[in-house]
Amino acid sequence: MAAVTSPNQNLKTSLKYLLLILVALVFVFPIVFMVVSSFKPDAQLLRDTSSFNAFLPVGDVSLDNYFAAFERAPVGLFVFNSILVTAITVIGSLFLCSMAAFAFAFLEFRGKSIVLSIIIATLIVPFETIAVPMLMVVNALPWLGSDGITWGWLNTYHVQIVPFLADALTIFLFVQFFRDLPKELIEAARLDGASWFQVYSLVIVPISGPVFATAAILKFLAMYNQYLWPLMVTQSEQYRPVMVGLQYFFQLNTAWGEVMAYLSMITLPVLAFYLFLQRAFITSIASTGIKG
Amino acid sequence: MAGLSLTQIRKTYGKVEVIKGVDLEIEHGEFVVFVGPSGCGKSTLLRMIAGLEDITGGELKIGDKVVNGVQPRDRGVAMVFQSYALYPHMSVYDNVGFGLRLKKTPKDERDAKIREAARILQMEHLLDRKPAQLSGGQRQRVAIGRAIVRQPEVFLFDEPLSNLDASLRMDMRMEISKLHRDLGATMIYVTHDQVEAMTLADKIVVLNGGVVQQVGSPLELYHRPANLFVAGFIGSPKMNFIDVTVEGGDNVSLRLASPVMATQTVPVSGSGVKAGDRLTLGVRPYDFRLMEDGAFSGTVTLVEQLGNETIVNLALSNGQHLIVALDGDTECSIGQTLKVGFLPEKAAVFDTAGVHLQR
Repeated sequence: MAAVTSPNQNLKTSLKYLLLILVALVFVFPIVFMVVSSFKPDAQLLRDTSSFNAFLPVGDVSLDNYFAAFERAPVGLFVFNSILVTAITVIGSLFLCSMAAFAFAFLEFRGKSIVLSIIIATLIVPFETIAVPMLMVVNALPWLGSDGITWGWLNTYHVQIVPFLADALTIFLFVQFFRDLPKELIEAARLDGASWFQVYSLVIVPISGPVFATAAILKFLAMYNQYLWPLMVTQSEQYRPVMVGLQYFFQLNTAWGEVMAYLSMITLPVLAFYLFLQRAFITSIASTGIKG
Repeated sequence: MAGLSLTQIRKTYGKVEVIKGVDLEIEHGEFVVFVGPSGCGKSTLLRMIAGLEDITGGELKIGDKVVNGVQPRDRGVAMVFQSYALYPHMSVYDNVGFGLRLKKTPKDERDAKIREAARILQMEHLLDRKPAQLSGGQRQRVAIGRAIVRQPEVFLFDEPLSNLDASLRMDMRMEISKLHRDLGATMIYVTHDQVEAMTLADKIVVLNGGVVQQVGSPLELYHRPANLFVAGFIGSPKMNFIDVTVEGGDNVSLRLASPVMATQTVPVSGSGVKAGDRLTLGVRPYDFRLMEDGAFSGTVTLVEQLGNETIVNLALSNGQHLIVALDGDTECSIGQTLKVGFLPEKAAVFDTAGVHLQR
C-alpha cells in the first residue's frame, strides 16, 4: 500500500523541522558571530552588535585582526602545544582507560567492585579542589628525561599530560560499553587460544569503535579546553596551550577583533577533530556476529 | 582424540550448589548429549569441561591428563556456542582461521585447513563475507568450521541449534551427525530438546537439579527409564502417570488397581512391595490401543490429527488426563467416550521414591 500523507502530517513535519532549525541556529549563531567579527575592526564590531549585521560579513572586512593576533601572541606555538598535549593524552588515555575497563568488565580479581566504585566516586570531586594538592605533588616528583633525573615537573609538557592519562569518566564509559558486549565473544576467543591481551586487542578493540570515538571526543574537548591547570604549572611561554594564551588578548583595552580572530583559529582544530570522529563514529558501529 | 573422565565434579556459586557431584565416563569418539530442563546444570557442566567455569570440587580428566586448573586454550577442546559468537569484524575466512593465526600456524597450512573446513561444511562461497551478511544456518556452519580447523580432542556444543527454525534445525542435526561420523571425534552436546538428544547421541546423560539422573543409550532411556523424572522427560508426548495401589503380587508380577482403571497385572518384580502400597504406573502414549475391554475409559477433550498419528487427550473420571497416540486414520470427536487399553509388558511401575521397579 502506498504511504498516505495528510496535510495535517505535513504541517506536523514542517513544525518539527522549524523547531529543529531554530535550536540549531541557537548553537550556530555564536560561532558565526565569532568568525564574522574576526574580520571586522573593533569600532564596527561593537557597532554591529546592536543589529543583525553582527552575523553578516559586511562593512570594512579584512584579515588585519589575524595579523595583529599573530603579532601579539605566538599563536602557532600555542596551537602546537595544545595539539601535542591533547593528542598524546587522548591516545594514552584511550589505551590505558580501555585496558583498565577491560579488566573491570571481564577479569575476576579480589576487590574489583570496590576499586571500580572508588574510581567512579572520584567523578563527583571537582578538579578545583584537588588542583593545589596535585600541584604540590607534581612539583616534588622526579622525571627521567634526556637530561637525566630532574625534580619537579613544572614548565614541561609531561606535567600537562601524565596527570590526565587516566580518568574516571573515560574508564566508566568503557566499562559500560564492554559490559554490554556478548560474553561469548570473549569466551570463544579464549577457547581459540587468545591471551587476555589478544582478546583485548584483536576482538574487543576492533568492535568498540563507537565508545572509542565518544571517549576520544570527550577527552579531546576536556584537554583542549584546559585552562586552570596549565596556568598553574606553566610559567614559561614555551609550554603554554591555547587557552592560557587567551589572556594575552585581555589587556587594558581588549582588542575584540583580535580575540575573535584568535578564537576562530583555535576553534578550527576542535571542529576538524569532531567532524572527523563523527564520521568514524557512524561507520564504526559494529554489526554484531551474535544472533540478535 | 581422547575420552573424558569426570569424578565427583561439583560447582557452587556462593552457597548455591548447582552441580552436585557428577561422575561420568566418556569414551573416545563417543557422541554424548547432556539433556535436562532449564537450570539443571547441563550448560554449566559443559562450560566446566571447556574451562570457562572453575571447578569447585572433583577431578576432570581429558585423555589421561587432569585439567582442573588448565587454561581453556590448553585443554584441546573447541566449543560451538548457542549464539555462534562469531567475531563481527572479521570475514568468515578470518573467523575460521583465528585460532590457527593465534597458534602461529604457517600461512599455507592455515589456508589449506580453512579451505578444507569450508569444503566439509559447504561454505566455500561464504569465505569473504562478514557474519552480518550470513543467515542463521550459515553462521552456525562458520561456528562449527571454527571448531573443526583446530582439530580438537573434544568438541563441545552448547545448544547450537536452538536459534534455528525447525527445518534448518533438522538439516543441521543431520550434518552434525555426519560430521561426527566423518571426524570420529569425541563430541559433547548440550540441549533441552530431547529429539536432538535421541537422534544424535550414542549416550545420553539426563540431568536434573545438578544431579545425573541416568546415563544410557537413547533406547535404554526410553524403554528402561531409571526413575519418574527420566520417564517423564524422555519421550514425546510425555509418558502418562497413574497413581495405583498394590492389590497383590509375587516375584514376577504385581496386581495394580486404581479408581480410574480396571485392575491390571503388570510383569514387574514385586519383591519389597506389599499389598496396599501406593505406586505410579507409567504408560507411554504410543503403547495404548483402542480396546472394547480397555483398562481406561474416558471422554475425548482434544484431538490432534497429524496424518501419521492421532493424538487424543482423554479425560478420566477423576479429572486426570491421558495422552493417547492412535493410528493416523482413527476417527474420533470431542465429547466421545473412548476405551483404551495397554500392553502390560510395556508399562513401567515406579515405587514411592520414584524408582523404576525391575522386571
